[in-house]
Amino acid sequence: MADTFAFVEARGGAIRKVAFEAITAARRVADASGGGEVHALAIGAPGLRAEMEQLGRFGADRVTVVEHAGLERYSPEVFAATAVAAIKAGGYRAAFFAASALGRDLTPRVAAGLGVGMASDVTAVDLSGDALLLKHPVYTGKAIATLRLVGSPAVVSLRPGAMAASEAPRAVRIETAVPALDPGAAHVVVTATEVSAAAKLDLGEAPVIVSGGRGLRAAENFKLVEDLADAFGNAAVGATRAVTDDGWRPSADQIGQTGRLVSPTLYVAVGISGAVQHLAGMRTSKVIVAINRDKDAPIFKLADYGIVGDLFEIVPRLTDAIRKIRAEG
Amino acid sequence: MKIAVCLKRVPDTDMRFAVAADGKSLDLSGLKFDMSDFDGYAVEVALRLNEQQGPGEVTVVGLGPDAVQETLRKALSMGADRGVHLAAAEVPFDGLAIAQALAAELAGQGYDLILFGRVATDTGNGMVGPMTAELLQLPCVTAISHLDIKDGRGTAHRELEGARETVSFPLPAVLTIDEGIARPRLPSLKGIMAAKKKPVESRPAALGPIRLTVDKLELPPERAGGRIVGEGPDAVPELVRLLREEAKVI
Repeated sequence: MADTFAFVEARGGAIRKVAFEAITAARRVADASGGGEVHALAIGAPGLRAEMEQLGRFGADRVTVVEHAGLERYSPEVFAATAVAAIKAGGYRAAFFAASALGRDLTPRVAAGLGVGMASDVTAVDLSGDALLLKHPVYTGKAIATLRLVGSPAVVSLRPGAMAASEAPRAVRIETAVPALDPGAAHVVVTATEVSAAAKLDLGEAPVIVSGGRGLRAAENFKLVEDLADAFGNAAVGATRAVTDDGWRPSADQIGQTGRLVSPTLYVAVGISGAVQHLAGMRTSKVIVAINRDKDAPIFKLADYGIVGDLFEIVPRLTDAIRKIRAEG
Repeated sequence: MKIAVCLKRVPDTDMRFAVAADGKSLDLSGLKFDMSDFDGYAVEVALRLNEQQGPGEVTVVGLGPDAVQETLRKALSMGADRGVHLAAAEVPFDGLAIAQALAAELAGQGYDLILFGRVATDTGNGMVGPMTAELLQLPCVTAISHLDIKDGRGTAHRELEGARETVSFPLPAVLTIDEGIARPRLPSLKGIMAAKKKPVESRPAALGPIRLTVDKLELPPERAGGRIVGEGPDAVPELVRLLREEAKVI
């Protein structure tokens, strides 16, 4: 029987979906060890506490909330010091974080601060005797490794969206604590956070991604891709490296070997031929649709469903069809 | 500025992969190796900083078998000044073990900046940079897409999901570099000739204990793709039907 730890990522005072996934993983390992408690830690500006009740739904037994006016934005040093202190005090078997932008920054510091091993960007978690067995994509998604992580606490960051959060309701106790380091004493300071207007839904979290390539011919034609994404209602917009290199879309939208690695339920590739570098970023999607005028394009070999033809005719028709389905509910 | 860049030699991921007979490592036959993509950007950032801000020294550090010296030479041919090879029979998967060896090498050497690529394209771990920073007790900013250094302080941008952070930090610091910040230059013939005369020291890597290992390596299941629903906009109703009734994703 062992307790586990989950880090609750929040942005703008709201809990992010990846936090529920971390709690789900922590719940699973606590249960597999014979039924320990799941303790969560949330850090942010005052007001965060009000959000914490919902963590019980996914199996958290206790949440420690650290609120401070100086923590409206992420502070690497304060977050790391506070998480290290909480994990040390708890004597946990394992600690789960999200492999989000924040988590990829925070988690390695926490593991190094604790002097323990860490596995990152994990897609499946199992407890086996004295080790955690963890699936992790390697070689830019071209192979899947099963990793063996020994020692306690085992620190793990989870690929967003890879393991769905599942409900396992508990009565959650909410406690408060102070940061382990005064935010005013931090050396590294996040001075601004600009929300980019283009990215309404994040590529890592969206169940549907509509992605565009050079076949769109010009930046303004991305409107077609955006309209289709809007029609789905739960879609994010991605792009190939050729497109972001040309400045048609911000580099943060790039899906591929050197950009984001995504695995949505549905991936719609519009005017994308399917360069190896792009395929590496999306090949683990559940269902892939390709629309391209070249019937020999490599994307069609990977796609579950392809339509050959002029995207400028096909995409608007698809957008209308999806709108109609959603209107019908 | 005195800048260190930590490099990794990785298999070229454009190649076709096969799993070796042991079921847990890569079949190395026919693979080409090169500097990990993001490490190239880190070298370029270091070179540009010193070109713009006056003289300095760029040291490239690589850990692994002797072949790592080829990767260090490539960075020297781009313009780095000297190489340090931390010799180890193989590069462990465990990021903290590597970070401990790097921290032992880099501590107390007076580096103003220590740069890493944001993630290695083989392990996909992305942890050695921030772990090294933590062990050295240095400020650290990860996955930066923009960098300004002025009067002993730096300003960097990092991309979040749907947002961008601006981060201010004092030097010395550890930074991990995302692509897009500075496209790596190709070594010139002159650079390649000059690199042959630049010093590369080799000493054993002081790796930490290993807690993370690979149990099994598998190739992802082949996709049963390749189905063409039809041609032109008239194929859209059939596509939508398949997505609803067969794939059940809408």
